Amino acid sequence: MAACDPRARPIAGFLGGSFFGGSFLGGSFLACLLLAAFLLAGLLACGPRGETQPGTGPEAGTSDRAIQNKGSDTLVNLALAWAEAYRRIRPDVTIAITGGGTGTGIAALINNTVDIANASRRMKESEIAQARANGIEPTERAVAVDALAVIVNPGNPVSQMTIGQLSDLFTGRITNWEGVGGRDAPVVLVSREINSGTHVYFLEEVIRGGDKENKSLFASQTLLMPSSVGITSEIGRNPNAIGYDGLGYVTEHEKVLAVARRDGDPYILPSVATATDGSYPLSRDLFMYTAGAPQGEIAAYLDWVVGGDGQDIVRKLGFVPLPN
Amino acid sequence: MAEGLGVRWAGRRGGQGLRERAIESLIHLAGLSAIGLVLLIFIFLLREGIPTFKEVPLTALFSIRWYPIEAIYGLAPLVYGSLLVTAIALIIAVPLGMTTAIYLGEMAPDWLRDILKPTIEILAGIPSIVLGFLGWVALAPLIQRAGAPTGLTAFTGGLILAYMALPTIISIAEDAIDAVPKIYRDGALAIGATDWQTIHRVVLPAARSGLVTAVMLGIGRAVGETMAVLMVTGNAANIPLGTQMLFEPVRTMTATIASEMGEVARGSAHYHVLFTIAIVLFLITFTINSIAARIIGRGGGRGGQRG
Repeated sequence: MAACDPRARPIAGFLGGSFFGGSFLGGSFLACLLLAAFLLAGLLACGPRGETQPGTGPEAGTSDRAIQNKGSDTLVNLALAWAEAYRRIRPDVTIAITGGGTGTGIAALINNTVDIANASRRMKESEIAQARANGIEPTERAVAVDALAVIVNPGNPVSQMTIGQLSDLFTGRITNWEGVGGRDAPVVLVSREINSGTHVYFLEEVIRGGDKENKSLFASQTLLMPSSVGITSEIGRNPNAIGYDGLGYVTEHEKVLAVARRDGDPYILPSVATATDGSYPLSRDLFMYTAGAPQGEIAAYLDWVVGGDGQDIVRKLGFVPLPN
Repeated sequence: MAEGLGVRWAGRRGGQGLRERAIESLIHLAGLSAIGLVLLIFIFLLREGIPTFKEVPLTALFSIRWYPIEAIYGLAPLVYGSLLVTAIALIIAVPLGMTTAIYLGEMAPDWLRDILKPTIEILAGIPSIVLGFLGWVALAPLIQRAGAPTGLTAFTGGLILAYMALPTIISIAEDAIDAVPKIYRDGALAIGATDWQTIHRVVLPAARSGLVTAVMLGIGRAVGETMAVLMVTGNAANIPLGTQMLFEPVRTMTATIASEMGEVARGSAHYHVLFTIAIVLFLITFTINSIAARIIGRGGGRGGQRG
């Protein structure tokens, strides 16, 4: 291998440069293969939500009593607050919280790398089947209620919409704000990534209007944001953007729309009250899933979460407590 | 090896000979381990990706919609997104990189060169996530204000990637220009060519293979980049066509793998399709690098004649 082509002067401090400049300029087939592999390996390693870190498996967890809790980004702040409060009454139990989205948490449950998976939607039949194939029986527990807020830029004159209109916007049937009583401007759709339970909930309950036969999808132009912050920042700076997020994540930089079930029904703004009495149409249960019936410390923790102290924290964070 | 033996016998120091042999075999091992690593990666990719072709019909893979949670696995928008963003990056980075390289190699006075080269190296050292963040916070709002419906577009991604590919393109192109023997320039000037004629007619054609390589490696850099494009291209699995196509969101192959890999259940069809994307990406970068290697090989031969 001609390691030192006379023309090659590697750039200091730039791995790629020295690599290209050194062995690669030798024109070797293997160096070429190696380079391609490194590009690829690098990008795989770049994945923000790698699934298997050594030592985070449930086996590693239970021995020193660290409960691994992972999943929904809607639930992550709540899960952190619960874990923090629980630590005060049970300092000997450690709970490790990771976000990443409902899909991430459920995948981890199926792959048996977490103790508790947080989910902002129910597990799908296909996911339950996958879990069973791995010898895991997912057990569901509702832990809080969340109202899904539809949000636009504060400069947008539109302040209310029916679910039908939302569906028309998000499937791309209406592409101009004039179609729903706004300005003459293109609609910019903003959504969470597909691994988000909120994304799936919005697809099923808003875009498809709760109709199981309906196979409508998000318009292909929909911006898919890897985080809640991505959504709120785009909506905050783009006067034509519309998106959705859990009510607990809405700030004063976004305007919340009042939503009606259908034409003629009252338009309701999301709040703890309207989500509890069921008048706001877009509220859903948030879940924690365990592999099999929860036992020992995990069962004690879940009981505490759905109990009075746990539900007080739900209220404090802007979510909706479970109905009694 | 023969030299090593000679030294060992001449020195009559058994310990040193042993040490030398140990070092030699360690170096051998290091070299071989790289080959093994590459083979393992490739085999792993194939093993995880190939089940796709049993689970998903080939026609479905060529469809134009990517929506994996409903088992819709059209790869077309992802390949299109990657190619569009890369093309934009090259259209910006190639002219800029080439002119910078020509300036650095042929025109810049020594003191300015001493400032510019390290500056370009610093540009190369900026982590991609930082450039992505910059693009998201600063560049995207600018592009939106310029009239695009959203700032998160293929063009935003292309611009960020252009800046990432520039250091690669500049340094390799500059090396190629630098390697053109001085005698060529002297000859051109002696028969009365101007400076520009010398660069244009003599230096650039002589450095051609190196310049092509610079472009090829720039492409490789742009195609494989992940985090920055994930942040600024909007990630809509969209196939924009027509006059506004540069200012619409796209989803690249790398961003798709990065944002969905954590979500999939191991062994599911979606999981295998993500590995198929990785194989496609591998093949693209491999092809680019092979072409570049071929071109350099030829250039090296000519260089020998010149020297």
